[in-house]
Amino acid sequence: MPSHAETYPPDAPPPRLELRGITKRFPGCLANDHVDLVLQPGEIHALLGENGAGKSTLVKMIYGVLHPDAGTMLWQGAETVVPDPAGARRLGIGMVFQHFSLFDTLTVTENIALGLDNAGPMDQLAGRIREVSERYGLALDPGRHVFHLSVGERQRVEIVRCLLQDPKLLIMDEPTSVLTPQEAAKLFETLRVLAAEGCTILYISHKLEEIRALCSRATVLRAGKVVGAADPRQETARSLAEMMMGAELSTPERPPQGVAGVARLTVRHLSTTSDNPFATNLKDVNFEVRGGEILGIAGVAGNGQAELMAALSGEVLLADADAVVIEGTSAGHLGPRARRTLGLAFVPEERLGRGAVPELSLSENALLSGYAREPLVRGGMVHFARARAYAETIIRGFNVVAHGHRAEARSLSGGNLQKFIIGREILQKPKLLVVGQPTWGVDAGAAAAIHKALIDLARSGAAVLVISQDLDELFVLSDRISVLFHGRLSDSRPTHETTVERIGLLMGGLFGTPPDEDGEITRAV
Amino acid sequence: MSDLALIGPILAAMFAAATPLLFAALGELVVEKSGVLNLGVEGMMLVGAVCGFAVTVQTGSPVTGFLVAAFAGAATASLFAVLTLFLLANQVATGLALTLFGVGLSALIGQGFVGIPLEGLPKLHIPGLTDLPVVGQALFGQDIMVYLAVAAVPLVHLFLYRSRAGLVLRAVGENHTAAHALGYKVLRIRFFAVLFGGAMAGLGGAFLSMDYTPMWAENMTSGRGWIALALVVFATWKPVRAMLGAWLFGGVTILQLHVQGLGIDVPSQLLSMLPYLATVLVLVLISRDVARIRLNAPACLGKLFHPDA
Repeated sequence: MPSHAETYPPDAPPPRLELRGITKRFPGCLANDHVDLVLQPGEIHALLGENGAGKSTLVKMIYGVLHPDAGTMLWQGAETVVPDPAGARRLGIGMVFQHFSLFDTLTVTENIALGLDNAGPMDQLAGRIREVSERYGLALDPGRHVFHLSVGERQRVEIVRCLLQDPKLLIMDEPTSVLTPQEAAKLFETLRVLAAEGCTILYISHKLEEIRALCSRATVLRAGKVVGAADPRQETARSLAEMMMGAELSTPERPPQGVAGVARLTVRHLSTTSDNPFATNLKDVNFEVRGGEILGIAGVAGNGQAELMAALSGEVLLADADAVVIEGTSAGHLGPRARRTLGLAFVPEERLGRGAVPELSLSENALLSGYAREPLVRGGMVHFARARAYAETIIRGFNVVAHGHRAEARSLSGGNLQKFIIGREILQKPKLLVVGQPTWGVDAGAAAAIHKALIDLARSGAAVLVISQDLDELFVLSDRISVLFHGRLSDSRPTHETTVERIGLLMGGLFGTPPDEDGEITRAV
Repeated sequence: MSDLALIGPILAAMFAAATPLLFAALGELVVEKSGVLNLGVEGMMLVGAVCGFAVTVQTGSPVTGFLVAAFAGAATASLFAVLTLFLLANQVATGLALTLFGVGLSALIGQGFVGIPLEGLPKLHIPGLTDLPVVGQALFGQDIMVYLAVAAVPLVHLFLYRSRAGLVLRAVGENHTAAHALGYKVLRIRFFAVLFGGAMAGLGGAFLSMDYTPMWAENMTSGRGWIALALVVFATWKPVRAMLGAWLFGGVTILQLHVQGLGIDVPSQLLSMLPYLATVLVLVLISRDVARIRLNAPACLGKLFHPDA
């Protein structure tokens, strides 16, 4: 493998940014170990690696949020120390965060002003925002409050904020994980225009296909070290994944669906109303999931997924008991425990805080949902030996990397905790499993294991409902796919009869239903 | 008509009664907008009250008295700030402790000052205007601190909603992680917000002891710090609404005094409860509008922040 810190001819312009031997140590882990990286002007450079490989740490150091313990940074050939994000912005480094650093109750203009060091008067800034957003095809209304915006629009706010500073280097951390395919395609156009104008783009993503389409060079990190460089256009998604993992990738095979069994979950005329102005109300949602099949519900976050999960799990009780029928029993008025007793298991989207209690050990976390269906409690007292044994069964059965059943849930990596939570639910032999975002932020190896477990569960006769924003995942898993948009659910289609593009259009709101009040439909076309 | 003649003095007294609340509430509003919940307002008011009083008695200068009161309030608040912001102590518990601490400390400092009378501040007199019937006394016959408190309302509003510093402060209260990621010094901003809140509470307390009832008595704020805290929520974190709330509370306080004076046969304890009851009632009515509270409440209110994340 060629050394990554290539030498460049002395008369050529210096690279935009060069990292030499960057090292960052956290208590108990070496996050970056002598990382070298060279970014040229005008290139779109991918930074690849599994969760915990050190990508986020590295870009945070470039952006001045963290500081390296050792190593040097050369900005356009000159040695530089980035003291803080404001210093990075002064150099011309912009960053779009994975979790947007936006403020819900402030307007677009106010949000952007916060990220600029010379914002100037608000009305002038609003004019500049309009100008830039038109030039790059990023439609934005400067006066709106951020909580009104779709996820794609929120990202545009972040990007416009960076563009207003004429960045020379734009760092994008998982930018498309929350976008519809059409929105992502639009983003790529913008990025290509930017790169053509000479801006360097450092692009972090798990989605290897889009890296192949977008990036001209890639640097691969594993366990904090640079383990390779590649031209993604010459690689396959599989070879890139294996470079990241350092091992062979096994993708789950989906055996043909057997005869669909009885309806295990039936949802009829499910509507919700909420006091929370940030919530999306469900509007007359209807579907059923039968034994042996996996139904996928696609949709961009914020279109009612959280509300649907809460209504199905029993976290929110429904006035209409018949709106949710589990195994033939009306359950809309029942709480989570009663629904679990009927055969429901569920894996919420947030691992820490909903799926598991961060401060509790794995065996205690196993007990929390396991007690309804496993004999872990006797006469009101916890049977700790059984809880321990149950946790250890999960850890072994699902290859969870953890320091035994005593490990605190928060000490596990995202992928391992998710394997543990899904294992906890599946081992209870549920008749119906509802999963939200099963592999969000989970690396390729763990994702494959989780997908296999879900498919095996369905083939054993259980009904599985997967709510996800990740279309690739839904196309791997689902027998049928529906789309949730603005609280409405589209009719389902067999997966083999539809395409990513069609589902993408539905995710943007092209339902064939009358336009919604704020005209979102035109936006998606 | 004696009733009509009463309205002028009642109005005038209402503005005065509202002033300590207005100072304290405006200060706490800024503190909460930055994401910090300081329940120690009562304690800071008491410390301000006793320090301002003591210094005025010693020096004879009310200006020095008010300055020292503001400084004392801020110093008390800095204790809270160090504990909660830098040592990550729980804000609710620390705030409650601060109130208890303020009650004790002010009683200790005030031991030698009980029973000493003070003159109070001179009232404005503009010939013609102040003599207007009904509103003359209320609008043009107050002392400087009453006007200062009212003037602080648009100032705080402009600061919060028109200035860049105010925008940053609101951003810190809304989402401290994001503000930190953008490079804002969350803890420093909160520290200064808490100091401002303490200074304003100190001024409010000193207004009580140096002007409204110019004397020192233990616990003389009698719960006004708590009312100020309630007013901030009542006002859904908007300065102008906080002023309206303070006037309402002040108005009911004065009204019930007059009703007591008229000798109506209602137990005086019941009447004394009225201002608090009225505040609670309005709070409950306002709180029914969940949407408005969600939109204006700082999302990070009371949450601890640690920059290494």
